[in-house]
Amino acid sequence: MPVVNWLKKNLVVIAGLVTLAFLLLPNVVVTVFSFNKPKGRFNYEWQEFSTDAWKDPCGVADMCGSLSLSLQIALWATVGATVLGTMIAFALVRYRFRARGVVNSLIFLPMAMPEVVMAASLLTLFLNLGAQLGFWTILIAHIMFCLSFVVVAVKARVMSMDPRLEEAARDLYAGPVQTFVRVTLPIAAPGIAAGALLAFALSFDDFIITNFNAGSTVTFPMFVWGSAQRGTPVQINVVGTAMFLIAVVLVLASMAIGNRRGKRKA
Amino acid sequence: MATLTEAPPPLTPTAAETKPPRRRGRLTPYLLLLPGLLWLFVFFALPMIYQASTSVQTGSLEEGYKVTWHFATYWNALSEYWPQFLRSLAYAASATVLCLLLGYPLAYLIAFRAGRWKNLVMILVIAPFFTSFLIRTLAWKTILADGGPVVGALNSLHVLDVTSWLGWTSGDRVLATPLAVVCGLTYNFLPFMILPLYTSLERIDGRLHEAAGDLYAKPWTTFRKVTFPLSMPGVVSGTLLTFIPASGDYVNAELLGSTDTRMIGNVIQTQFLRILDYPTAAALSFILMAGILIMVTVYIRRSGTEDLV
Repeated sequence: MPVVNWLKKNLVVIAGLVTLAFLLLPNVVVTVFSFNKPKGRFNYEWQEFSTDAWKDPCGVADMCGSLSLSLQIALWATVGATVLGTMIAFALVRYRFRARGVVNSLIFLPMAMPEVVMAASLLTLFLNLGAQLGFWTILIAHIMFCLSFVVVAVKARVMSMDPRLEEAARDLYAGPVQTFVRVTLPIAAPGIAAGALLAFALSFDDFIITNFNAGSTVTFPMFVWGSAQRGTPVQINVVGTAMFLIAVVLVLASMAIGNRRGKRKA
Repeated sequence: MATLTEAPPPLTPTAAETKPPRRRGRLTPYLLLLPGLLWLFVFFALPMIYQASTSVQTGSLEEGYKVTWHFATYWNALSEYWPQFLRSLAYAASATVLCLLLGYPLAYLIAFRAGRWKNLVMILVIAPFFTSFLIRTLAWKTILADGGPVVGALNSLHVLDVTSWLGWTSGDRVLATPLAVVCGLTYNFLPFMILPLYTSLERIDGRLHEAAGDLYAKPWTTFRKVTFPLSMPGVVSGTLLTFIPASGDYVNAELLGSTDTRMIGNVIQTQFLRILDYPTAAALSFILMAGILIMVTVYIRRSGTEDLV
């Protein structure tokens, strides 16, 4: 039975592809429904093909404003978390210091905590301090939960660095600053970039922590959440599709550049 | 992202993995740590203390709250909301098991069978992350819509009869049932299972598979005795990364569920943001945190992988 044998051999491949389809199905639906022309307020049922939403992406009140607010917050949260996280990662790998266990658990715990717990406890702090909820409280919260992820990404890279390269730089009379800028930083850069990318994605897409600490400020995920109650405009799907396409194109482009560099070196 | 596709580290520890060298400038590590740790202390650890204090306060919004060590709040919260706690645990556990069953083949495929398609499949796993998860979760409303193709197929295969009998769905509907919520949770946290699984599968030396084959192990035996045990670190961190966020989630229950599928996250959110009963909300959140921490500690001890960071 060659068919049965083939199936047996490739069972894991078939199962894997089924999972991949499960992962990608919602993206297909989001893309298809960005060309829908819904009858009511909700865009859940297919009616007819239309490019209206793509022609007028900002045609919904407040949506593009919330999008630009989310981008701003994500940008500043990325900068903050990347700087603070990279410093911690270097200290963890390169230096000895006291209370390493406490430091490690302070970094690990935010990743091991349900988001709603962090969100709720941060809100009690802000309420107790009488802080005005809005842009700054969202930014503070985002830097807080992105930090740990940056530490993990950068730490992995710094740990695999060959310390002899820096010793060589010092042997060649490079000062500490010069060694850091010309040798250490370029080698650590991919780890820092990965951490920054992760922080940006996490901050831009965060809902639960923002939901608790935003007050009446509306980020893009908050806008989508609100629209699930009031009515979902097709433009939401346009944004979702565009984001997906931009991300895939960027990743493919960076891989193509990486491949070309690799070939040149070889 | 770049770190995910890199070659696995060598099996022998490099110089950097052993104890960090002692250096001049004893203050340097503390100066590097200070700003970030201060941030985490003030905006992560301190809020936990404020939350614990809020949970034992009594009072009202108008008159203000005072710490009165009113532990009855915990008792009242538990006796009123224990069904939501249990439901959260059950949903999160089901979603975690489903993630493991669905995610393992895909992680295996990427690690060993994808060949030159490896990078492309990897991108396809990560790419959905870049579309807001709320938009993608709303798409499940379309996929599972009443009378839609998915529900129709499940109905004609009599799957819905079985799931209705089990109480997972009701009648001809999938939306607004436990099945829809668990499906949403599984979908949302699946990548968090696949990535650690892939990382630990990738590290397995291919020669071990050859050796198992040379010793007349069948493929299934090789998987059971060699591959799966070696992928345990990935299984442990994958299940944690799925279970923890799933247990506190309220997005899937709100968007895909009904009032009968409310999880503890939904209760905490409503108490905090709509009912404004801060002591009860803080107590519920504290119980959730303590429960998760205890379960995670026991789980990590039992599985014997303590080095997760």
